[in-house]
Amino acid sequence: MNFNLDFVGRRKLFLMISAVLLGLGFLSLLFQGLNLGVDFVSGTRVDIKINKPYDLEEAKDQLEELGYQSPDARKAGPKNEYLLFRTSQVLSPDKVNEIEKKFETVYGDNVAVNEQKVDPIIGRELARNALISVLIASVGIILYVTLRFEYRFALSAVLALIHDALFVIGMFSLFQWEVDLVFIAAVLTIVGYSVNDTIVIFDRIRENLDFNKPKTWEELKKTVNDSLHQTLVRSLNTSLTVVFAALTLFLLGGESIRYFALALLLGLAAGTYSSIFVASQIWVSWKWNSIQKAKLKAQTAE
Amino acid sequence: MRVRKGKIVIFSLLVIAILATAALTGPQVAKSITLGLDLQGGFEVLYQAKAEKGQKITRKVLNDTAQALSRRIDVLGVTEPQISVEGEDRIRVQLAGVKNQDKAREVLGKPAKLTFRSPDGKKVLMDGADLKQGGAKQDYDPNNQPAVTVQFKNAEKFRELTRKYVGQQMPIYLDDQELSAPVIQEPIPNGEAIISGNFTVEEAKELAELLNAGSLPVDLKEIHSFAVDSALGKESLKMSMEAGVYGIIIIFIFMIGFYRMPGLVAVLTLISYGYLVLLAFSLLNVTLTLPGIAAFILGVGMAVDANIIMYERIKEEMRYGKSIPSALRSGSRRSFLTIFDANITTIIAAAVLFYFGTSSVRGFAVSLITGIVVSFLTAVALSRIMMTLLVRSNLLRRPGWFGVKESEIGEL
Repeated sequence: MNFNLDFVGRRKLFLMISAVLLGLGFLSLLFQGLNLGVDFVSGTRVDIKINKPYDLEEAKDQLEELGYQSPDARKAGPKNEYLLFRTSQVLSPDKVNEIEKKFETVYGDNVAVNEQKVDPIIGRELARNALISVLIASVGIILYVTLRFEYRFALSAVLALIHDALFVIGMFSLFQWEVDLVFIAAVLTIVGYSVNDTIVIFDRIRENLDFNKPKTWEELKKTVNDSLHQTLVRSLNTSLTVVFAALTLFLLGGESIRYFALALLLGLAAGTYSSIFVASQIWVSWKWNSIQKAKLKAQTAE
Repeated sequence: MRVRKGKIVIFSLLVIAILATAALTGPQVAKSITLGLDLQGGFEVLYQAKAEKGQKITRKVLNDTAQALSRRIDVLGVTEPQISVEGEDRIRVQLAGVKNQDKAREVLGKPAKLTFRSPDGKKVLMDGADLKQGGAKQDYDPNNQPAVTVQFKNAEKFRELTRKYVGQQMPIYLDDQELSAPVIQEPIPNGEAIISGNFTVEEAKELAELLNAGSLPVDLKEIHSFAVDSALGKESLKMSMEAGVYGIIIIFIFMIGFYRMPGLVAVLTLISYGYLVLLAFSLLNVTLTLPGIAAFILGVGMAVDANIIMYERIKEEMRYGKSIPSALRSGSRRSFLTIFDANITTIIAAAVLFYFGTSSVRGFAVSLITGIVVSFLTAVALSRIMMTLLVRSNLLRRPGWFGVKESEIGEL
């Protein structure tokens, strides 16, 4: 197909866009942090015994009326007569009374409420463990790509991966979307996609590099631009298909996995963007720098 | 060029076989997969920690107990447990898909204190705390009966004790039950002990795993237990499933619309991908959770990507003026390494996640590795076989069937 877009020529613009978005996310993380869900912070668990069949959505509506936004509530008990409600707030006795009153007026006098302070140590452990695992995985990726390609490709790919993960985390902080255990899975998925997407483009750059052996900036620029053009249809089609899948989950998947789908959606978009506009651009700048240095060395040697 | 009917017959049989297997056994396979706590709910137990003499229930003790419980749940083969510390002295455990609740209670609540005692069975000489972490193994004793071997951290201390009691018994207890009372023939220098006790291989394995998981620092009393609904709720699960189906249909339409005949092949390989991954989950006893589904989606993405990379390459070769068979040959050959490198890089990342990760990170990694391997088999191998059959049949003669316009084809 006939595109004639100069990706490399505008690389500073693209890197600026990424820097601004990441910077925004970083500042937000610094000043307002993440909106952590019940999986990560202490809170209260309220067991509401309703004692008769009830509709979960209806019960959730009662909690929403009391000001708990999209409450984490589940049915439980041998006859599903319990409603388990967890919140990341520490509820005062007044608040608990309020809940009891509300449910009594709706479901009758048989309602019994029992509350407990909850500290989810496993959730926090998991988040820490996920972070460490991703960092070690990055080292693994760097080693393999260095072996098969070269270290500049490896580090650029890992920078793009970190870019994508940070972008999504930053956006979740900026808009204060709730972060729960499944968010970790979404970020891991994004990391996997990002690497896969970047390597395919790098593979083409490497192939054309062997073929063209660019000596000047113009030649190097052309090689990278050509490679990006040659893989552009693939990049667009692949990201279109996965974004379709994430978008249907986001639109039709229901309330409880909306944020999960949203994280995937943002991450997949970022993964595609960063392969073309971040990873490849970092690589080309770095490569050119190295070529010039090598030349200078050769000249001084003469 | 003559149309080769033989190849068309083989191709058709392959298509029928794939569709028939997926349609006939697919639902059954899907049903046999265990769903995680977040998808199907499970059962929960609330424990109260009871201090023993001279012991105080502190935050640290509770945390240690929770960690030990979490390691024990791995013994049960349950993934995604939810464990939380509540109030001053309570620990709540939520387990998914446990068929035998009594067995789960037994494994969880047992203190599992291993003690080596003096000949009269009264004085404790060494206990679980002296064991080397992860050193317990299922093995066989000299009579070839299933047994458990353990390693002591301090081999010197064990040698001293075995020297002192040489010729006498050194009974081994698990909690208050005597497992065996071996007579010490000679001092044991290497810090290794064999525990036999009329075990079956299964029991010995379980005991070894329990010892490795560590004993519970406190006694736990069960306050109550009951079944809980899934975090997602049945309604949301149904909605998500439906959304997934729509997503896949859109991908199918897109692939066929853009890539024509090869797109159809891609759709068939994606169906095989979905079926085989479910089959693998079922055979490997993978518990499917939301993170697992995320990995499944990523696998679909990578399978689609592999197909797209190959077809784009074939189209490219055709535009250079190559004949369809030779474009297929060089296109699939050239795209192979690209796909291989991309997949291996992701597998390395997944393998590291598996090795260093815990619970749901681990579950994600297992699903992802399965997904990548299956996607490689279907989107590369199966796709290539089917494409070759189609092209060799000489049925696909027009570039239009690959989505390549005649006007785009240059001179070679």
